[in-house]
Amino acid sequence: MNMERFIKIAKKIARNPTSLAGLLLVLFYVAIAIFAPFLAKPPYPDTPYQMPQSGWSAIPKPPSWQNPFGTTQGQYDLYYGIIWGTRTAFKVGIVVIGLALIIGLIVGTISAYFGGWVDEVLMRITDIFLAFPFLVGVIVIVAILGPGLNHVMWALVIFYWMTYARLIRGSVLEVKENQYVMAGRALGTPGYRIISRHILPNAIFPVIIQSSMDMATIPLMAAALSFLGLGAPVGYASWGQLVSFSRNWIVSSTGGNPFAYWYTIVFPSVAIVLYAMGWNLLGDALRDIFDPRMLI
Amino acid sequence: MEKLEEQKRSEKKSEILLEVKNLKKYFPIKAGVFKRTVGWVKAVDDISFFIRKGETLGLVGESGCGKTTTGQTILRLIEPTAGSVHYNGVDLLSLSKRKMKKYRPKLQVIFQDPYSSLDPRMRAKDIIAEGLKSAHIGSRKERYEMVKKYMDRVGLSPLYMNRFPHEFSGGQRQRIGIARALILNPELIVCDEAVSALDVSIQAQILNLLDDLQKDFNLTYLFIAHDLSVVKHISDRIVVMYLGKIVEIANKHELFINPLHPYTKALLSANPIPDPTVKRKDRIILQGDVPSPANPPSGCRFHPRCWMAKPICSQKEPPLNEVQPDHYVACHFWKEMIEQNG
Repeated sequence: MNMERFIKIAKKIARNPTSLAGLLLVLFYVAIAIFAPFLAKPPYPDTPYQMPQSGWSAIPKPPSWQNPFGTTQGQYDLYYGIIWGTRTAFKVGIVVIGLALIIGLIVGTISAYFGGWVDEVLMRITDIFLAFPFLVGVIVIVAILGPGLNHVMWALVIFYWMTYARLIRGSVLEVKENQYVMAGRALGTPGYRIISRHILPNAIFPVIIQSSMDMATIPLMAAALSFLGLGAPVGYASWGQLVSFSRNWIVSSTGGNPFAYWYTIVFPSVAIVLYAMGWNLLGDALRDIFDPRMLI
Repeated sequence: MEKLEEQKRSEKKSEILLEVKNLKKYFPIKAGVFKRTVGWVKAVDDISFFIRKGETLGLVGESGCGKTTTGQTILRLIEPTAGSVHYNGVDLLSLSKRKMKKYRPKLQVIFQDPYSSLDPRMRAKDIIAEGLKSAHIGSRKERYEMVKKYMDRVGLSPLYMNRFPHEFSGGQRQRIGIARALILNPELIVCDEAVSALDVSIQAQILNLLDDLQKDFNLTYLFIAHDLSVVKHISDRIVVMYLGKIVEIANKHELFINPLHPYTKALLSANPIPDPTVKRKDRIILQGDVPSPANPPSGCRFHPRCWMAKPICSQKEPPLNEVQPDHYVACHFWKEMIEQNG
């Protein structure tokens, strides 16, 4: 990647306001995740993901100087939870998508490149995994392994790699029909280099776009499992758990203003929505960028 | 075939570079849930020919007659069903894949479609240097120096070496394809419809370039095309294929003046004369379509469309015989054809 090409891509993103918004949102969250220890200093540096509690009262407290976003059920600080929850979201997204991507790329590429019975066997295995309803499958695995963020990540990998395998297989099947693949064979290029130099660079971009979109959905899925009580332990900084805490406070049950506890639901939700939107917009931008013919 | 052997022995002055014998390529037709093979498409069915060192052998025929399959099977880009291809006495088809790699640089190919034959994500210099890299020739720097030299030789400015394929025109892309083949210093280049996708003025440029390169690098071409005027321009001898079979092989002048197979005659009569005032009266319009190669006619494959067909044609398949010096034909009635040609 030379400078000239990088500038072209940068200009392309800057021209399109939605792409720019997506990129800025994602960069904003990346910054939050990186600078989390400075933005919200952990009271116990050994366990930074454990949200600090200010008191033991069950009733949430509104925003104040001490707790900028207020506290949620159990007096967990919302601001701290959202800042460190960003790290959790990235951790889940990168680990799950990274592993699923590696498995999917290997299975899909081998399947499509060699074809025949190899393809048949690998795709039937993929079908078996696809036959499970996703959320039910994940819940079963977590139930077997026991709750915990790492177990949730494993379960998500086990039931998510098929999407990538299918996607890359279709893409490789299309790309390998191009004459430059046959030209590579005529030039004596070994099979692994035909895959790595010719096929993958031309076949991978639907997968990259998909994985960018999944950076939004996978942490949401983890959040949903946290919401169901299967994810991180109580008090672990994750957006899903914050939303789970606010379940009882969406509409006030104690009389008076029905939205008295608005901060319990609004701050974590906004964090989730903006994060998902950023990745989705970035995915759309990548779709445009990854076509070299668009770079003229 | 016997005559072909004799020919080989008697012909000492011109060495044979590549000899194809009884080459077959059948593609299975699969159907049903269990992908059972229900039939075979006989794309190339038992063909034999040879290419002399330094000559250009034209291979013509209509779409789907097996020209491209022949070219790709010779280079082992697709594995043949049966037969042998002797290159300087070595049977390429019996070599292991590893040993075949040694011969890859010597046998190169130029593809038809200049758009799909170049990787859109690689720069021109990397496309041209790919073969060198695979053969472990030179360092990175030396390879790029060679790329510059060969780009210049095929008429591309070395300044363009960092560009991507989409930044070139069709003719320029075909030049990249030629440089990529040429840089490995091959002996034989299979030009698979190398100019068919280009417009006429560019066709002429590329044909002249191929002609020059042949002289400078002592190249031998197998020139596959469907355009007779292009083949006539560049070839020394011409092979005519019909439905997976060779029907006639002859020197190009001989073939155009004295075609001994009715199919060749019909094919030649279809070649347009670039003069609107000339009205051709000798045009032969063939009846019907090309039969399916999955279920070819019995006997001579051309007999359902042939105006000279007799009962024997549907019963006995005519062998490819050398009926005149260096003129092979597979027809029962070649003598009658000589009379017709006058």
